[in-house]
Amino acid sequence: MTLDSPSTVSTTSRRGTATAATRVLGALTIVMIGWLGVFGLLLSPADRDQGDAVRIMYVHVPSVWLAYLAFIVTALASAVHLFGKSHSLQADRVAGASAEIGVVFMAVTLVTGMLWGRITWGVYWQWDARLTTTALLFISYIGYLAVRGLEGSRSQRARRSAIVGLLAVLEVPLVHWSVKLWRSLHQEATVLGTDLDVSLDGLMLFSLFVGVVAFTLLFLWLLLHRSRVLMMIDLSAETGLDAALAQRRAEGGVTP
Amino acid sequence: MSSVSRLQTVRAVCAKDLRIEQRSKVLTSQIVPFALVMLVLFAFALDGDVILERTAPGLVWLAMLFSSMIIVQRSFVVEIADGALDALRVAGADMSGVFWGKWFALIVQLVVLEAVLIVGAIVMYGIDLQISGLVLLVTSSISATCGLSAVSTIYAGLASGVRGRESLLPLLVLPVASPVLIGATRAAEAAFGAGGTVVSEGWPWLGLLSVFAVVFSFGGSLAFGPLIDD
Repeated sequence: MTLDSPSTVSTTSRRGTATAATRVLGALTIVMIGWLGVFGLLLSPADRDQGDAVRIMYVHVPSVWLAYLAFIVTALASAVHLFGKSHSLQADRVAGASAEIGVVFMAVTLVTGMLWGRITWGVYWQWDARLTTTALLFISYIGYLAVRGLEGSRSQRARRSAIVGLLAVLEVPLVHWSVKLWRSLHQEATVLGTDLDVSLDGLMLFSLFVGVVAFTLLFLWLLLHRSRVLMMIDLSAETGLDAALAQRRAEGGVTP
Repeated sequence: MSSVSRLQTVRAVCAKDLRIEQRSKVLTSQIVPFALVMLVLFAFALDGDVILERTAPGLVWLAMLFSSMIIVQRSFVVEIADGALDALRVAGADMSGVFWGKWFALIVQLVVLEAVLIVGAIVMYGIDLQISGLVLLVTSSISATCGLSAVSTIYAGLASGVRGRESLLPLLVLPVASPVLIGATRAAEAAFGAGGTVVSEGWPWLGLLSVFAVVFSFGGSLAFGPLIDD
């Protein structure tokens, strides 16, 4: 017995990965993202210095929040798998699903950040601590996903990726510290400066808050669906051969 | 409970790795020449004495990092070729001891490579190294090597025995090793006096390199057993 809850799997395999709760969560997420669109594009004012370019912030900041949240969830779920008594494979699937979502939204963060940087700083990239740490973290989690794709049994995969997921947590402060120290000993950016801390008025701040809530709901929705998909993939791998053999036997009129 | 102590395991694994290297001479006949070719190619690509003198620390450590990937891969290829790692596990060897043994053997090989690369850079890039700079260079290089060896041993253990490990290992190790590259390069820059830096500017980097080495060495000794214990 390797799967944690076969009853859940059988239910989800009949009905896809949705449940009543995830449907409500999905609807709420769509409403919140629509609300973010209205606030971010229509109601919130343009910035005095940056003009409409500041609206990128309403996607960029929630994306980076979601990515870091996803990586924290990956680390916690990895710890639950590794140190828990049952070495839960469900925790491993949550870690994997969360890392996949984190990588996607880290890519969104980097792309939106580069576009925003081009408009405000005049360049796509600055070697400051935040950007460099984010880029290295992005590459590290691509490595984590590569480890998840390695051959081996499910328990082998789960243990390997849990350890890599926890080592990535050790890496973050060290990479950030080194890059910060590196940049502090070099001249500051000369184009337009790298300070992103724009002063926000009330409506801008509220729009940002809406974005963070919307993206958090989106994360939960994606996490639930993706971890259920991973569970179904595991189940399919486990029962796939038996099912195929039974099907061939049935076609040949052979009773097992 | 194994009848062989952890220290004996460390000593045996380290001596075995170094003996294999001594007999095969892959480090001296293939990897060192490869690293030196990199130094020459960097000179062709950058084309300028002033630029080379300024960028020498970074080039030395880049050559070091890329060459180290080959040494690390090799260190684990010899283990999986005849199922040696499995045999060690079945024999009840302390996996933490195996980690420390491989870690130390790797350090010895990397230090040899570093010495050749630094001498190569001094000769080819026209670096003037003072005694005070030499002390900083040796200390920072040893700290950086301890950290690099730890990270490489952890991930090489993980990737050993799986298909595609040659491309997976650099993807896993290089982002994690970036603090080593930054710290070692900046310390070497101060030691060489590149770009008008002075030796005293290099010492703060030793803190970063030491913390990195300690965190990943002890983290690695804990993680190594579970990583390959399947």
